[in-house]
Amino acid sequence: MRLTTEEEAMLAGEMGSALQWAIDHQIKVGSFFDAVDMVPVSQAHMMADPESVGDAGVEFMESIAASNCWVAIPMITDPRGVDLAHYRPLGQTEEMATLERRFIAACESIGIMMTNTCINYQTIMPPVRGDHVAYGDTGVVIYSNSVCGARSNFEGGPSALAAGLTGRTPRYGLHLDEKRMATRRYRISDQPAELTDWGVLGAVIGRKAGSYWEVPVIEGIENIPTSDEIKHFGAAMASYGSTPLFHIVGITPEAPNLAAVGGQELPVDAITTEDIAALRAGFPGHGDKLDVVVLAAPQLSIVEMQSVAGLCKGHKMKTPLIVCTSPQVYGDATRMGFVETIESAGGTVLCGTCFYNQYAREIGEANGWVNLLSNSAKIVNILGGYGYRPALASMDDCISAAISGRMI
Amino acid sequence: MTRILRCHIGVGPSVTGTALVADDNFSARYDLDRINGVFSRPQHKLHGQSYVDMILVLNTAKGGVASAWMLHEMTTRKIAPKALVLNSANTILVQGAALANLSMVDRFEDGDITGLIKTGETVTVDPAAGEIRIS
Repeated sequence: MRLTTEEEAMLAGEMGSALQWAIDHQIKVGSFFDAVDMVPVSQAHMMADPESVGDAGVEFMESIAASNCWVAIPMITDPRGVDLAHYRPLGQTEEMATLERRFIAACESIGIMMTNTCINYQTIMPPVRGDHVAYGDTGVVIYSNSVCGARSNFEGGPSALAAGLTGRTPRYGLHLDEKRMATRRYRISDQPAELTDWGVLGAVIGRKAGSYWEVPVIEGIENIPTSDEIKHFGAAMASYGSTPLFHIVGITPEAPNLAAVGGQELPVDAITTEDIAALRAGFPGHGDKLDVVVLAAPQLSIVEMQSVAGLCKGHKMKTPLIVCTSPQVYGDATRMGFVETIESAGGTVLCGTCFYNQYAREIGEANGWVNLLSNSAKIVNILGGYGYRPALASMDDCISAAISGRMI
Repeated sequence: MTRILRCHIGVGPSVTGTALVADDNFSARYDLDRINGVFSRPQHKLHGQSYVDMILVLNTAKGGVASAWMLHEMTTRKIAPKALVLNSANTILVQGAALANLSMVDRFEDGDITGLIKTGETVTVDPAAGEIRIS
């Protein structure tokens, strides 16, 4: 890779051991993907929950912090794995909380802002079109690329950290114009009606596309989605397909028409009613028994929190209901009374975490949770590997099921 | 007789081990019980099988960013595959392999790698040379 004088100095260790590690890591990754140089980035966003990071990752982060470095650009964080105000009732252990506290302390000591959110594009500082960023969390990346027109690869925790330290990232993948052109063309006929429909549609397209390097362009969507609808759409697509970018003709900024993303010569793959039904059929209820209802992945916006509160008002849950939102939304939702309404009905609102990255296996075992219901097409895709039998339903049906105590 | 398959230059050291092959994808978060070192996702073609010290040969990556930290965490505990051999890696797996010093290669000249190696074969993965050798 072609390095600037400053990057050469980083690599030589002249700017400290943390920057030396960071630029060396970026050169390894960039070389794998044939990057010719680095591109400056305006923000970094790091996913680093303690379950993923483990003891080894915490020690690694502490070694970075001990080198007396400071981030070069604004750097924020994805949801944490432990809500330190509510971990014991979930069955999380003191060891888990300790790992969490150590990691947070290391991050804060080098200037990382603990925003703890996967909806930073709704709540913190959305990137603008053409803005090169280094974002973690697949849902954040696909939304930022597709809806905002920003430019980011999936940056796992270590690479987001490296970008935060150096202020740049290897120029490959979605930082390049040619990698943002459509490679698959889908046409829909069934119009999605609510959040889960959008998630299912994204999941179907993600599963069909099936690779990080495919870029779907979608035709036939008649109504402009809300930010919440398209966040479920993108998060599910990224989850099922490892897909970091999509275009919707006439809606997303890089696709005013099909030709703008090079899609006119691509064969059309129709998304059928049967495709949608087949995806849903993979997540059925298992008899009447329902152990837990989860609304998360992505974290809920203030608009979703209002909807949940409205559905909970005046009811009592027979089945545990867990709602995950960001610290930014949590403050507003508390002020507006939504948190109190949900918790008065027996629900639990967690702040700054997401259900699947908070030791999902361990809390499931601690609470005897197996049959799980959610409106998130993303989370039902993840939790099968954690020992759950996940089922999928709309937000309305999820709350109804929690109230009745029976699977819908 | 040793067969040589050419691929793109990868990351990590040269390693030799036993292949575990499936025409399926990979995510450390979605697919693995990382405590016990087995594939735990019921729908995965390697469900129930141990991946520890194996040369994993799969199609591509799926899912989220967690695998980057997880490869490092798994490698440190020595409950990890010896190498990942893929038709197409995504950015996350490469970033994780780079941090963990785990061997990884992809993009083979002769086509679908999951059809060119059989489970149980002894494979040497040489990322710096951009090749694997099957003996």
